[in-house]
Amino acid sequence: MTGLSAHLAQPAPIPLDAEVACGPGELLALVGPSGAGKTTILRAIAGLIRPRTGRIACNGEIWFDAASRVFLPPQRRRAGLVFQDYALFPHLSALGNVAAALGHVERSARAARARDLLARVHLEGLEERRPDGLSGGQRQRVALARALAREPSVLLLDEPFAAVDQVTRRKLQRELALLRREIAAPTILVTHDLAEAAALADRMSVLYRGTTLQHGTPDEVANRPVTPQVARLMDQPNVFAGRVAGRGPPGRLALRWGDIALEARDDGHFAPGADVAWMIPAAAIVLHRRERPSRGERENPLSGTIEEVLFLGETASITLRAGAGGAAPALTFSVSAHTARRNALAPGAAAAVSLLADAIHLMPPGE
Amino acid sequence: MDWASLRLSLELALWTTALLLPLAIAIARGLAWRRFPGKGFVEALIALPLVLPPTVLGYYMLAAAGRAAPLGEAYEAVFGGPLVFTFEGLVVASLLVNLPFAVQPLQRAFEAVPEQLREAAWCSGLSRMATFVRIEMPLAWPGLASAAALTFAHTLGEFGVVLMVGGSIPGETRTISIAIYDRVQAFAMTEAAIMSAALLALSFVAVGVVYGLGQRGLVRRR
Repeated sequence: MTGLSAHLAQPAPIPLDAEVACGPGELLALVGPSGAGKTTILRAIAGLIRPRTGRIACNGEIWFDAASRVFLPPQRRRAGLVFQDYALFPHLSALGNVAAALGHVERSARAARARDLLARVHLEGLEERRPDGLSGGQRQRVALARALAREPSVLLLDEPFAAVDQVTRRKLQRELALLRREIAAPTILVTHDLAEAAALADRMSVLYRGTTLQHGTPDEVANRPVTPQVARLMDQPNVFAGRVAGRGPPGRLALRWGDIALEARDDGHFAPGADVAWMIPAAAIVLHRRERPSRGERENPLSGTIEEVLFLGETASITLRAGAGGAAPALTFSVSAHTARRNALAPGAAAAVSLLADAIHLMPPGE
Repeated sequence: MDWASLRLSLELALWTTALLLPLAIAIARGLAWRRFPGKGFVEALIALPLVLPPTVLGYYMLAAAGRAAPLGEAYEAVFGGPLVFTFEGLVVASLLVNLPFAVQPLQRAFEAVPEQLREAAWCSGLSRMATFVRIEMPLAWPGLASAAALTFAHTLGEFGVVLMVGGSIPGETRTISIAIYDRVQAFAMTEAAIMSAALLALSFVAVGVVYGLGQRGLVRRR
């Protein structure tokens, strides 16, 4: 078994019931709100805490097994950990910081190896600087080089972009995406930034209060959440209750949303009469343009009244209350600011949208 | 100038510093990084010599380790001689009196070393010993230097507990501070003045070292 697999469970002090699996060369993002246990899981994998029960194995080697009382200390785990605020040794130069993690390399070769690693993260010429003489982005790079110095079997990144400014963050994210091609080890990234996770990760694990709720590709987790809770954690604005009214044309279900009849993709999970939760990604709500009707408009057309138009830079976030009675919950979607202006979208105006049936996703009803 | 007593004082200060520092490092690390029931009590106990009259401490040393006391008897049975009124007895008393002077600066220094740095060292493959030598001590060394200087200077100037536990046996337990007292009692004021000046100079150098390091520590942290 290659890559890293972990199951961690404990009732206290930080409740955990988490499954983590990450293959070689794969980047797994652990996402979830603050307090979801993301950092705790990283620390457990690194050997800095010992969960009550569970098992951690990496490339066939058992690092932790509560049942057989195996617990390797961090020194014997080969986990490269980049701490959230980097935890660089303040009294050592950049080179010294990296060389400190090269204990497995012959003494005479350490300096050269450390220089290579610093060059890999674009820090040539800064080898002799101490951490207090480096910028936030440069410190993060030293921390990354130090983590890679151990030739880790797993690379652990704890919110590595949280402590730098936006411009540096974009740059470092790009560098990580490029560097990943050279890293054979499984990489686990902890982040609460969903866009960051979606952009960088091959797979995503959604955590809430220490429990893994869903594991899958960023697309699956975002667009096919297993529960309404995951949908909300993934920041899906359009999650509603409904009922399966019956079968539609082949591959389609008839969905009842209050007084409104909709067609949805049928993936065979729900029988007619079942109460369900359903969601539609904001991107699958298509605005009908007044002067330019398009083919998509035949799919689940809905008309209603615009409640709110919020301009956020280049885009406008629109809230539309469907139907005339105002009983149905409001849909939220985005259009470009330009489109919003050209179609004169304003609170109180009437508008029509289509809900793309293939994007409507059904889930078991929420708690 | 009573060279024998100056030499004795310096020896006592060196022994005390050398023996106390490793012990103080262990205690200070425990107090800095561990939380345990009764921690406040332990800290208070260590700080006690700061406020207790040295004579009181000396009295309890005599009571506990005197030749008639069980501890004193046990010591005599093992080492073939008494503990009180000997140089060894002075060292033991000195260790106790100086505990706060050594532990407190070290504890502050270790508290200033973030836990994460030790974790980062372990994750980098450094053993606990290597982490101590290469990460903790280089960051805590101003605290260590302060502890050493304070202990050394304070031992040089010790009077009450030395007199109680050691008496004033020339070449054995008569330290320079006691010699000064003896000279004054004998109205030999010139000799007392010379020895006092020597002690003043030594103490000033030691305290100067402490404050100098304190300043450097501050500059570094900025």
